[in-house]
Amino acid sequence: MTNAPIVPDFGDDDADRKMAFVCSKGSLDMAYPGLIMASGALEHGIETHIFFTFWGMDMINKKTMGKLKFSPVGNPATHMPAALAPFPGMTTMATRQMNKQLNDLDIPDIPAFLTHLQDMGCHLWACKMSVDMFQLTEADMIDGLDGVLNVSDFIELIDGAQTMFI
Amino acid sequence: MPVTTIGGQEVHVDDEGFLTEYDEWSEDLAKELATNIGIAELNDDHWKVITFLRSDFQEQGETATLRRVSAVGGIPTKSLFELFPKKPARKMSYVSGLPKPAGCI
Repeated sequence: MTNAPIVPDFGDDDADRKMAFVCSKGSLDMAYPGLIMASGALEHGIETHIFFTFWGMDMINKKTMGKLKFSPVGNPATHMPAALAPFPGMTTMATRQMNKQLNDLDIPDIPAFLTHLQDMGCHLWACKMSVDMFQLTEADMIDGLDGVLNVSDFIELIDGAQTMFI
Repeated sequence: MPVTTIGGQEVHVDDEGFLTEYDEWSEDLAKELATNIGIAELNDDHWKVITFLRSDFQEQGETATLRRVSAVGGIPTKSLFELFPKKPARKMSYVSGLPKPAGCI
């Protein structure tokens, strides 16, 4: 027991921390890790940026963002016999199962998750080269996108940020 | 469990300072807790969050996450960041006399 009350240190003084996540995958199971970590960072008051590139563009493409799939092919962690994984219907079944598990844990789907992150102040960026390659326009991508960046802009953006490539 | 004195009242807290006994919390204590972390005054919107968290904790047995406060409690995430700046999840739990949320989102 001490005289001064025990008060949590919320670390408000080190507010200059910055994190960046590069989301490069378009499968359901690889879309979540970046979003969950970004949400954790935002909850800690950290300036957070997500840069979507290559297959990760599917996460912010309005046509695909709500329909990401999970395939058991080439993934031994599903513990499914490898010969069964490529069978027709397997991806649909595995995707449905994963969506159900996520839903049971109250984890939002990808579009709702992105809105939640935006509400927390997350910055979302699209990769210029991927936008050109997939011939996307701003109207194709999530509302509230912060912008389209080329690699040089991106490198400038992540100055001083802890960066993770997913 | 450490015991600390807040606003003249002895309360049980964890190593970080979060209250561990649900019933040791009171509205007066909440004002003291808020002051401790730099929230000078609790307004009606703060109380809406605190009331939701306290009742949801009783039903669920764990502290609501930011998303739950918004999805179930109907309080937009943006305003949580205004009411409990920078680290809303931890700060709202602290003022409400509850543990930090265990969920990831």
